[in-house]
Amino acid sequence: MSKKVNIAIIIPCYNEQDNIVALYCELNNTIFPENYHVVPVYVNDCSIDNSKQLLIENNITHINLPVNLGIGGAVQSGFKYALKNGFDIAVQMDGDGQHPPGELHKILTPLIESKADVVIGSRYITKEGFQSSQLRRLGINYFKNLNRCLTGITVNDSTSGYRALNKKALELVSEYYPDEYPEPESIVLYALNNLKIKEVPVFMRERQSGKSSIRHYKTIYYMFKVTLGTIFLYIRLKFNGKRHFI
Amino acid sequence: MENVISYRLQIIAIITALIFMFFIFRLIVKGKLREEYSFIWIVCTVLLLLFSVWRDGLDVIAGLLGIYYAPSIIFLGAIFAIVVFLVHLSVVNSKQHKQIKELAQEMALLKEKMEAEEKKKL
Repeated sequence: MSKKVNIAIIIPCYNEQDNIVALYCELNNTIFPENYHVVPVYVNDCSIDNSKQLLIENNITHINLPVNLGIGGAVQSGFKYALKNGFDIAVQMDGDGQHPPGELHKILTPLIESKADVVIGSRYITKEGFQSSQLRRLGINYFKNLNRCLTGITVNDSTSGYRALNKKALELVSEYYPDEYPEPESIVLYALNNLKIKEVPVFMRERQSGKSSIRHYKTIYYMFKVTLGTIFLYIRLKFNGKRHFI
Repeated sequence: MENVISYRLQIIAIITALIFMFFIFRLIVKGKLREEYSFIWIVCTVLLLLFSVWRDGLDVIAGLLGIYYAPSIIFLGAIFAIVVFLVHLSVVNSKQHKQIKELAQEMALLKEKMEAEEKKKL
């Protein structure tokens, strides 16, 4: 028998009442190796629908944020929870059903075999499953090149929120994690702190319900914000004696 | 006649500056304005008072700096001070943003821990 591994699945949710129970059931029905101890942890980011009631009724482990912190703050709360409660690995998973639990083993294996500190599930390596629109992929390509210029590491799907982190990475992100649209920015954070990043191909679905938070004019804001965030984070980590965040 | 009018104006300026000063002091005493932010306002009132008493002050300074139109010093100084203060407020705002985030997370985690322990007892 190999050593027992405690895994927290962190699922940030903001008004996801239609997806919570379905995803929770799917997670519970997923078969993991015997030594995996998997706990789904929902982070309710001040939802204004029935999310909170559903979490309580179904006896799901969850954290209720008293104020809306946005995706970055919510995910970070989950990371802090995982670290404080002695989990070995934390997986970040979207609450809208885009990330199938059946693919979990793919992003967990490299961590358990100690081949990486951070594993990112990517849609674009084998190009299977939901591939998202042309324009969106153009943006993702842009971030890929930006990150490659700054860190020399190529991550094809830098906006993917399907990730697994080990304890070393958890310690880093509980100290600092970007607030808004953290995914592309955090790659620079991992890379410059010498964490080993590995990208593995996963299959993703189209969201089950609801709409993407990044639409219309927000796309421009997103591009601008993430570019600025990434560059400043790079400068801060590279030249500022590290670890001195606002 | 001209002198009377300008004296009247000077008195109004001094009174206004004093009222402003009194207002700021009252805010500090009541605890509605923290001392570190009140500093800049006290400096402002002192400057206001200084220039309402010292009537030729503006012209003297303009002469020293080689500024042809003396009142433009006021605009220059005021806009500069406003910009600096706004940046300062943005910094304060960012710091508070971070503190609120940390407080909210800490509170949420503690609440979860508390509820989990209560559930265990039942």
